[in-house]
Amino acid sequence: MPATSDTPKGHQISAADVAKVARLARLDIDENKIEKFTHQLSDMLSHFADIDTLDLSSVEPMTQAYPLSNVLREDTEMPCLNREEVLAVAPAAEDGRFRVPPIIGLD
Amino acid sequence: MNSNYKSLVQIAAGIKDGSLKAVDVLEEHIARIDARESEIHAFNKLTLDDARANAARIDADAAAGRPLSPLAGVPIALKDNMCTRGVETTCSSKMLANWKPPYDGTVVRKLNEAGATIVGKTNLDEFAMGSSTENSAFGPTRNPLDTSRVPGGSSGGSAAAVAAGFAAASLGSDTGGSIRQPAALCGVVGVKPTYGYVSRYGLVAFASSLDQIGPFTHTVEDAAVLLDAIAGHDPMDSTSIPEALPALAPLVGADADLKIEGLRVGRITDMPEGAAPDVLERLEAAFKALADRGAEIVDVQVPAMTYGLTAYYLIAPAEASSNLARYDGVRYGMRVEAADTNAMYGATRAEGFGEEVERRIMIGTYALSAGYYDAYYGKALKVRRLIADDFAKAYAKADVLLTPTSPTTAFPFGAKTSDPLTMYLCDVFTIPTNLAGHAAMSVPFGNGADGLPIGVQILAPALGEPVMFRAAAALEKAVQA
Repeated sequence: MPATSDTPKGHQISAADVAKVARLARLDIDENKIEKFTHQLSDMLSHFADIDTLDLSSVEPMTQAYPLSNVLREDTEMPCLNREEVLAVAPAAEDGRFRVPPIIGLD
Repeated sequence: MNSNYKSLVQIAAGIKDGSLKAVDVLEEHIARIDARESEIHAFNKLTLDDARANAARIDADAAAGRPLSPLAGVPIALKDNMCTRGVETTCSSKMLANWKPPYDGTVVRKLNEAGATIVGKTNLDEFAMGSSTENSAFGPTRNPLDTSRVPGGSSGGSAAAVAAGFAAASLGSDTGGSIRQPAALCGVVGVKPTYGYVSRYGLVAFASSLDQIGPFTHTVEDAAVLLDAIAGHDPMDSTSIPEALPALAPLVGADADLKIEGLRVGRITDMPEGAAPDVLERLEAAFKALADRGAEIVDVQVPAMTYGLTAYYLIAPAEASSNLARYDGVRYGMRVEAADTNAMYGATRAEGFGEEVERRIMIGTYALSAGYYDAYYGKALKVRRLIADDFAKAYAKADVLLTPTSPTTAFPFGAKTSDPLTMYLCDVFTIPTNLAGHAAMSVPFGNGADGLPIGVQILAPALGEPVMFRAAAALEKAVQA
């Protein structure tokens, strides 16, 4: 079976790619781990190349085990989690809300 | 198995007919916990005060002649990724080390309503990512049958708790084999029901299209009783199966007709390689045991099964990278303070997640990122379809299929931790079921060359639980004979 070779860069992943992915995933990982992950992710991607031998051109992707449709209900009040209990387990809360550090303006 | 061991069914029946007291049953289990838990580390948290109060309440109900719920007084352990109101639910992660959920998951509510005595929350690979329970932030669980070996994973604590007699049964979750593989390695029964069979509400999400809750027990009948108790549609989980589910316990109970004449048992001739010779030997013995009881062994092919590992290790991390985005230091779990939110997210997540969780988030983020989506995630979804289609063809010829559960018996600590791919290969026989959304279970079927248990995996199509449990009961009978 011919390989459907639409894989960018032939499954190679660079340290720069890994650093970019870490930024996208909001993971502040250090240089050593970037290097380690670069090796490990490259090994995995090489292994994952086994599916490149399959002809998948006419196969529909399968996103879930069963074809499900959206479940809708009347827009009425329902019991929900207690606000005080939810905020009590938050890292920081104030005036009935989650408290976070500044979002903008600290460049 | 302990000498004074009693099955879940025996315990429930004894408490109902007055021959057993719930308090005594619980104290027997606590005595075993006291004797061995410091060595095994099956639990992240014991809830024995609540357990003792529940047992006393059940004995009082029994003494007063009040009706008892089906699992009244049965000691049960919960994997620590199932939300318990006001009780730590850590997923064995620093991220959630002190988190007490404000609600009970549906399975927890159902067990409480059924009268079960919840003894504690069991250890797991962090966020259920692993096959040995070595990835726990709180230290590994040891296999009760050989403490130099892993119990399997990710539900290693739940498997060990049952094998060590700390609980009569337990619940685990299975995304790629996390119930069946530890069940095999600890010599107990473990069931991954059809996707949607059990509500996932209150199960901390790993890969939502694959995750499913199921039981660990000593016997096939116990597993049927416990699964019946937790199964069914739940308005809080829109992926739970809306149709009524048939009761499984009557099919495999003491009065059941366990005849399997004519049952078509499939042998996958193009099964992935990698199983050890002693494991394959036990698989052959299982085919023979079923054939001796009148089953018809048929050859089937599932060519795409071999590609399951790749599809799974792209799809599951992709879903995980999205699900675990919620651990951002804002609403629950730990926070590392920083000058702005972006810095806080990055620092919190790097500090809170262990390395395997980071690795999977990285793979998943990469597979979903612009320019790579079609090459990785998109392709994996197509392979998932091929696997489901191949299984559908196999199930036209066979009612159930048999494979090994795990390629080997329980392995020593550290044996597979240096290379992630080596660990991932533990799941080669269990993963395809999750991708297809089907049912599967592991049944202990003798021991390997090292004297440790070997599990045989029974695969069935979606909602094939009745036939799967009948085959399992037949294997159980054969191994006892």
